[in-house]
Amino acid sequence: MNNLWGDSLPGFWSAWIIVITLGTIALSAWLLFANRRTDKQPDAEGNVETTGHAADGIEEYDNALPKWWFQLFVGTVIFSLGYLVLYPGLGNFAGVLGWSQEGQWEEEVARAEERFTPIFAQYQEVPIPELAKDADAMQVAERIYLNNCAVCHGSNAQGGYGFPNLTDDDWLYGGEPDNIMMTLNNGRNGLMPAWQQLGEENIENLTQYVLSLSELEHDAERAEQGESTFMSVCAACHTPQGTGNIALGAPNLTNDIWLYLAQGQTVADSIRQTLRNGRNGHMPSQTAYIGEERVHLVAAYVYSLRFSN
Amino acid sequence: MKHDIVEKNVGLLAVLILVAISFGGLAEVVPLFFQKQTTEPVEGLEPLTALELEGRDIYRREGCVSCHSQMVRPFRAETERYGHYSVAGESVYDHNFLWGSKRTGPDLARVGGRYSDDWHRAHMYNPRDVVPESIMPAYPWLFSNRLDGEDTPAKMRALQSLGVPYTDEQIANATAEVNGTQEITALIAFLQQLGTVLEGTR
Repeated sequence: MNNLWGDSLPGFWSAWIIVITLGTIALSAWLLFANRRTDKQPDAEGNVETTGHAADGIEEYDNALPKWWFQLFVGTVIFSLGYLVLYPGLGNFAGVLGWSQEGQWEEEVARAEERFTPIFAQYQEVPIPELAKDADAMQVAERIYLNNCAVCHGSNAQGGYGFPNLTDDDWLYGGEPDNIMMTLNNGRNGLMPAWQQLGEENIENLTQYVLSLSELEHDAERAEQGESTFMSVCAACHTPQGTGNIALGAPNLTNDIWLYLAQGQTVADSIRQTLRNGRNGHMPSQTAYIGEERVHLVAAYVYSLRFSN
Repeated sequence: MKHDIVEKNVGLLAVLILVAISFGGLAEVVPLFFQKQTTEPVEGLEPLTALELEGRDIYRREGCVSCHSQMVRPFRAETERYGHYSVAGESVYDHNFLWGSKRTGPDLARVGGRYSDDWHRAHMYNPRDVVPESIMPAYPWLFSNRLDGEDTPAKMRALQSLGVPYTDEQIANATAEVNGTQEITALIAFLQQLGTVLEGTR
């Protein structure tokens, strides 16, 4: 990533910039001095000569330039020359201060790291359940959460359609510190295959059976017919009891918590949709974006949400 | 006074104005055409696929650039939030570039891979569904509109003539790749590749 800004120009173009820049400044200065008039002053009665231009009876005064304006102009010329000596501007000449955008950014980052690294290092040492009770740490962690996680999981961490609620006891991939760390570090890819090939009859039976698992209103007869299909098709991931498997991210189907329940949709419709089309959940790994130390803090924050509930 | 001559000849005035204002461009813009840093792609940069290219055109059509920049500036506050600052070599295949200058919404220069495709779909259908505080408009028509890909090869040939290294094979397959796709799919394909070329963007 070196030389992003300092990559030098071919000599001709460097000279070209220098000539045009200095030439323009010289020309402006010449224009100022060449056209400056000091001989025009109002007479004793305050009358001023006009240039002789007239438009619709409006005439143009031929005054000397106001002093303050003239001096300001000279000031800008001197400033520009000083600037071009100190900072990059003249082709490949880097300026005597050696300033660069990249350098300024690196300095800024280095200063911040010096200040924040010890704090993060200190938090890194603390185990997650303990860190989750540290109010100062959680204040820092909440900000990291809001900047990086809230976009999907919501600023209240209660999730939304397709994005898990982090404040309840239901965990697709487990809610222990190690599980949370694993999720943050590696991301998650949830995959529920589509079961269209079972046919609408079976899908309806399965839907009724899954409804019965959460003790929701269901058609008992169909549910009974669905049970055997559930055991042969669904139980592998969701377990025969339907309680799910955190190793696979297979949700618990017995607790009436539905990740893909759209507003105004019935649970039965949501289940049918899932069975017909399958579901793909994807959480990107966060380590690459926020680094290990912040992941540790965010994991503690997510862990801490259980206390506020 | 001699400025009569200039003021009374509009043609001459126009020419002299053009000369005067061209100095800025001559010094600041023209040399960039000859600087490797701005003309050579960063390592690994590939032209957009046909689908991503169509997504880019939807991005332009919907005016996303009016609210979202694609330019992470070299300040810590920005690189902390968005990732490594943008470099010129990432945009050499962009005609026109979409750096933008207005941030009503966040910068998107490195949004690729940050969120899942599902998130983007939900967000574009109705931003409030996923971010209750959002003021972004909804774009539900992207879900019903479908691309036919008829113009895609022509667009790619135009870019090819501007120096984007599309192969003839890519151009020949473009229509088939795009045809029948929902517009939202193309847009997300475009978004998911943004800023992913540069190594170590953190």
